Amino acid sequence: MRNTIQEIISGAYSLAVGMKITICNLFRPTVTLHYPHESATMPARFRGHVELACDPETGKPKCVVCMACQRACPSGCISLDGQKSESGKGKVLTAYSLDFSLCSLCGLCVESCKFDALRFSKQYNLAFTRREECTFNLLERAQVKK
Amino acid sequence: MSLDVQNLDRETFVVNLGPQHPATHGVLRIKLTMDGEYIVDAEPVLGYIHRMHEKMGENRSYAKFLPNMGRMDYVAALFNSHGYVAAVERLAGITVPERAEFIRVITCELNRVASHLLWLGAYLIDLGGFTPMLYAFDDREMILDLLEAVTGARLTFCYFRFGGVANDVDENFVSGTRVFVARMRSRMPMYEAFVSKNIIFRKRCEGIGVISAETCRRYGATGPVIRGSGVAYDVRKAEPYSAYPRFQFNVAVSDLCDNMGRYRVRVDEIVESLRIIEQAIDQLPGGPVMAEKVPRSLKPPKGDCYFNVESARGSFGVRVVSDATENAYRLKLRSPCLSNLHLFRECSRGMLLPDALAMLGSLDLVIPDIDR
Amino acid sequence: MRMEFVLEIARVVLYVVGILAFVGFNASYLVLLERKGSARFQLRHGPTEVGPFGLIQPVADAVKLLCKQILIPKNVDVILFFMAPILVLLPAILCMVTIPFGATIAARNFNLGLLMVFAFAAFNVFGILIGGWASHNKYANLAAARVVAQNIAYEIPTLLIVVAVVMVTGTFNLQEIVAQQAGGFWRWNILRLDLNPLQPVAFLMYFICLLAETNRAPFDMVEAESELVAGAYTEYSGMTFGVFFMAEYTNIVLGCCVATVLFLGGWQCPFGLVPGPHWFLLKMYALCFTVIWVRWSFPRVQFYNLLNLSWKILIPVSLANIILTALMLKVF
Repeated sequence: MRNTIQEIISGAYSLAVGMKITICNLFRPTVTLHYPHESATMPARFRGHVELACDPETGKPKCVVCMACQRACPSGCISLDGQKSESGKGKVLTAYSLDFSLCSLCGLCVESCKFDALRFSKQYNLAFTRREECTFNLLERAQVKK
Repeated sequence: MSLDVQNLDRETFVVNLGPQHPATHGVLRIKLTMDGEYIVDAEPVLGYIHRMHEKMGENRSYAKFLPNMGRMDYVAALFNSHGYVAAVERLAGITVPERAEFIRVITCELNRVASHLLWLGAYLIDLGGFTPMLYAFDDREMILDLLEAVTGARLTFCYFRFGGVANDVDENFVSGTRVFVARMRSRMPMYEAFVSKNIIFRKRCEGIGVISAETCRRYGATGPVIRGSGVAYDVRKAEPYSAYPRFQFNVAVSDLCDNMGRYRVRVDEIVESLRIIEQAIDQLPGGPVMAEKVPRSLKPPKGDCYFNVESARGSFGVRVVSDATENAYRLKLRSPCLSNLHLFRECSRGMLLPDALAMLGSLDLVIPDIDR
Repeated sequence: MRMEFVLEIARVVLYVVGILAFVGFNASYLVLLERKGSARFQLRHGPTEVGPFGLIQPVADAVKLLCKQILIPKNVDVILFFMAPILVLLPAILCMVTIPFGATIAARNFNLGLLMVFAFAAFNVFGILIGGWASHNKYANLAAARVVAQNIAYEIPTLLIVVAVVMVTGTFNLQEIVAQQAGGFWRWNILRLDLNPLQPVAFLMYFICLLAETNRAPFDMVEAESELVAGAYTEYSGMTFGVFFMAEYTNIVLGCCVATVLFLGGWQCPFGLVPGPHWFLLKMYALCFTVIWVRWSFPRVQFYNLLNLSWKILIPVSLANIILTALMLKVF
């Protein structure tokens, strides 16, 4: 009997404490972002989808078409093509496509690139209605950006 | 409250718990044979999210398989990577620089705290309380921000590499972690008052879902489940790896054997993890974070290696058999959730549905980890 | 004669429209209060997009629910399936008839008003049982069975507490009960310690019963979303679900109204100044807010603990309450 009464009282007290905690939080500022109006800033190392880095002087992609990224990709979502450059030295990138529907954002391609020609974009609002839209033409994107 | 299942000759019916059910946290299906609200039999049906990770590991080079590891137990992704990376390192004879080991421990323990916080929230949702989850997520968010700044991702980190870690941590991470540890410590009394002491929560946990240590051993249960049954088995102490032997910490154990025991173990583990993080941050040595001369295409010598890590859910083991080619000959992943799940069938017999679901929640299952 | 008749008709129409509007307004805006309140309890924003501070959100919700297809699963007993939501909502609206919002604002001033409220409020469980049964769904069946046991268990202490209050007031007429509590907050039934020292406890117990009777968390067995998906409402969609939703909030409002009348002095002012409907609404909404506040603070009670609470604690204490009241009335 005594235990029961004790339990009722301590239980009621614990419930009152719980309600006090929630009511205190009612007056604290919210912690969530108001999404469409505000959005989070991505840290420098954020792994978004990849994009081509351009040489700041020439404005051309730094890529030398060594195919290392294509080989490193576990999902096989990168395909690129190049042709001999006019000056005769090295290759020039002619096509770079990323199949985002396959990409798992692991970042191995960026790690494999010895020429810093690939980097992560900070874009994270990526949603598509058609499958074809998932295939990015990175060369075009790099030129548009410039 | 339980039912004598053996001497039962009444009408039963079958309820499908899942694959889409709010209590199973994923695509787990449990076929419940019920007599009214009492469970007569609970048969877990697996395979709804099977992705053949082991086979993928045998068909890809070691480096290419690495991103997969974060997609098994996505709540505590770093532990999986740690197990795989360490197994391959042992096989290939790579020594990891000290700084990298420390960083691995710090990030892993942060991940453990995040995982336990997520469990705390999800468990309270299982019990019908919504608000603690948001408070737990508020704290977890800080960890994810810290880890995101270092690894570049919030869930599937893919941060460890053979021979070290992908990026070095900076001063912001160190100071941010210190801030987090202090904040988390100050938050613990709130969780105690709001959750642990709450009479409704206690009624739902104390004496409910009792699992004996013997049952745990028989099913190979590990992690907080076996520690909640009074067995102080922790891979970090039993088979010390990485930099863990350098730090002072206790293995959280509770001999209550019930939901409350498992709850207490996880909450105490958060505190212990904070201790480890603090020590590791204080002692963080300088130096490189990658071993030198790790070949780009790794071909470990012929051999067979098993490596065990203490993940947030129990002992996670990786067995790699190499035939000296680019791909592993055999890869076996031992996931803690699979063993922990199978307790459920035996232990839930005769329990009431809400109690059984409270116990299911206390096992902390991550379904992709069960199915792999 | 004819003039009176016309006035009477006008009065009826006015009150029918008024009560329906009151119920509709409360059902929709309490949902908003719940969403906003839960959001702020959890450090979130809640609805903000529709209208300023999300104030037009209930309209958007209503339009959405009205536009949604009403799915009728196979093997459902169609008549009972559609009857259930109506059976839950209608009694709650009917009960509103007797509630005195102010000294002169009451649709009907019955002598047996309190009795009518509890007679109709008991219908609620019937509707949910029918809905759960007709759905032909195991989750719904289980939830319906739970709800019956729960509501019967909590009907008893509720009535026992009310009996004790009626013994004090000596009338079933709600208007008269309020009138007796005039003169300041120390004259309210909750603080009439001279009549029964257990009165605050009785109010607390009434509040617990109110939560259980309206199937609100932590006693929300009828939904129990983490156990039984959506409980008795699993198969309901579109406006049929919307009506259940309205009924839930209408029942809360009704319960809070009755609690205000019985314990908190109805439309009386705590300091004896300017009594009127504003005081009634203030007290009633404060109670509604507490109902919401409780929901977002606690986990769900186990089913058998819920019954234990009723049979082992609430009923004995409320019986003791009755005996004590009787003794106090006889002795003093």
